[in-house]
Amino acid sequence: MSEHPSAAAVPTGSSGTGAGPALAVSHLTKRFGGRTAFEDVSFEVARGEVFGFLGPNGAGKTTTVRTLGTLISPTAGSAEVAGIPLTEANGERIRQRIAVMPENPGLYMRLTIRENLEFFARLYGLHDRGSRIHHALAAVGLVDRSDDLCGRLSKGLRQRVALARTLLNEPEVMFLDEPTSGLDPVAAREVHELIEALREREVTVFLTTHRLEEAERLCDRVAILNTRLRTVGRPQDLSGTLFRRSLAVETAAPLPDPASVFTSSAGVDGWAPDGAARYLLSVADPRAVAPGVVRALVRAGADVVSVSETRHSLEEVYLQLVDQDPEIRS
Amino acid sequence: MIRVDLGRTLALAQKEAREYRRTPFIVGAMVVLPFFFLVEPMLTIFVVPASEPARVVDKTVGAIFLLMLVVPTVIPATVAAYSVVGERQQGTLEPLLITPVRREEILLGKALSAVVPSVAIAYLLFALVEICAALFAANPHVSAILTEGPHILAEAIFAPLLAMWSIWVGTAVSTRSSDVRVAQQLGTLASLPPLAVTALVSFQVLPPVLGVAIGFAAGLLALDIGMWWVVSSMFDREQLVTGSRPAASSAAAPGPGEVRRIRA
Repeated sequence: MSEHPSAAAVPTGSSGTGAGPALAVSHLTKRFGGRTAFEDVSFEVARGEVFGFLGPNGAGKTTTVRTLGTLISPTAGSAEVAGIPLTEANGERIRQRIAVMPENPGLYMRLTIRENLEFFARLYGLHDRGSRIHHALAAVGLVDRSDDLCGRLSKGLRQRVALARTLLNEPEVMFLDEPTSGLDPVAAREVHELIEALREREVTVFLTTHRLEEAERLCDRVAILNTRLRTVGRPQDLSGTLFRRSLAVETAAPLPDPASVFTSSAGVDGWAPDGAARYLLSVADPRAVAPGVVRALVRAGADVVSVSETRHSLEEVYLQLVDQDPEIRS
Repeated sequence: MIRVDLGRTLALAQKEAREYRRTPFIVGAMVVLPFFFLVEPMLTIFVVPASEPARVVDKTVGAIFLLMLVVPTVIPATVAAYSVVGERQQGTLEPLLITPVRREEILLGKALSAVVPSVAIAYLLFALVEICAALFAANPHVSAILTEGPHILAEAIFAPLLAMWSIWVGTAVSTRSSDVRVAQQLGTLASLPPLAVTALVSFQVLPPVLGVAIGFAAGLLALDIGMWWVVSSMFDREQLVTGSRPAASSAAAPGPGEVRRIRA
């Protein structure tokens, strides 16, 4: 039996309670005495969406997950989880339809993998426990290790067992809190593959992570939280809202008079040197402007090495927002 | 009204029992501790000579009855004190609380896993003492007192009631503690007060008559029920996870979809 995760074994998200969003959060606030964990947070997550939740340490990410997971009660605001209003009376119904994987795998170390999963399957009141456990173990590639004591597993394998546990009840919404924290690159890639498989099966995934490349690669949309929600959007759109679009130009040798070359090109709003023979041009539409820039460079006798649109990563977006945030800077 | 799903409660009890079996200090507490409590009764049965006056024998046998009740008091306190803080220490409390399991099911499941072996060990120990007393006691007065029907009945009734008290006290301490050893010491200490009354009866300061036994049993039952409510109210999901009680919601008026406090 393969040790690797099997996407085919990943369960489908169980039938929802309606066609509305998987998560609808409105002005949600949580305070512990005088300390505000998060405040006035509003967003929606569509069914089947992989939603990234980013923020620095202490930003309120885990508290948000715990609140939506009915572990702690909000101070103000409202929310719907899996189509069910977040109320005291609905706690049990919500917990039946969601799964949460905390940062710590939280396994019973003196029990085997199977005993751990069997216990949680019974708490969910699952009748077809044998097949559910088998599918969950197959999804994380641990069928052959099911009789191993959890205390003897590596951190990566424990993380996979915790993931298998979240698959047992075929949740509508899966909260993954730093699922690749402390994992080696191979184990992290396996978790990524599993999340991709969950997306294909239309399971809603709420992913908190510090790994920005992970969020950029996996998430349909991301939110950046620092007590208050700073931004929500698709990773590729966020850079457009924060950064001006630009063209990166590289020539074989420095241009003798770059100002005359670039200001003569239509559509170039400004330029700045970016190294000895590199220039950054501020433009509204990189694709439309690039041919004119190349012609101007050729007319000026420059040897063009490359002309490309500058793409800002989610990391740059995050750092830009963090840099602008007075709470973080202080 | 308390709603309990038997399947989930039994799942918890079986998981706990499985963990206990694989935890050396709990197995040690359940096996070694009773052995020490057997020494004094066996010495009394086998060593106290037939010539010993009844007045002295009464006191010695009173100590045996007391020792027999220490077992169902101390063992469950040790186990129950581990129950919540143990989950917290190995990081399993949050995954457990995020399942649909209700707090009553968690408490009952954990209690069941502690009370069954503790009471079973106590009964086994007492049965052993009774058999030895009936067959081998050197002093006929020792045998006569130990095998008296009311005494046996009192032991049979008090053992589970004392065990339940210890479990709720131990669990209460465990919900508020972050250290297993501190929880066990405090839990064991807090479980002992009811034994004081038992001691008064055992040493015949209070007359060992049916009325006293019934009164004491009723009192213990009331204490057990009261302690259950205390522990149940202490077992708050938010407090267990964050260590702080939820603040009151600032929402002005409840309405559809409005957030209210969520309890286990």
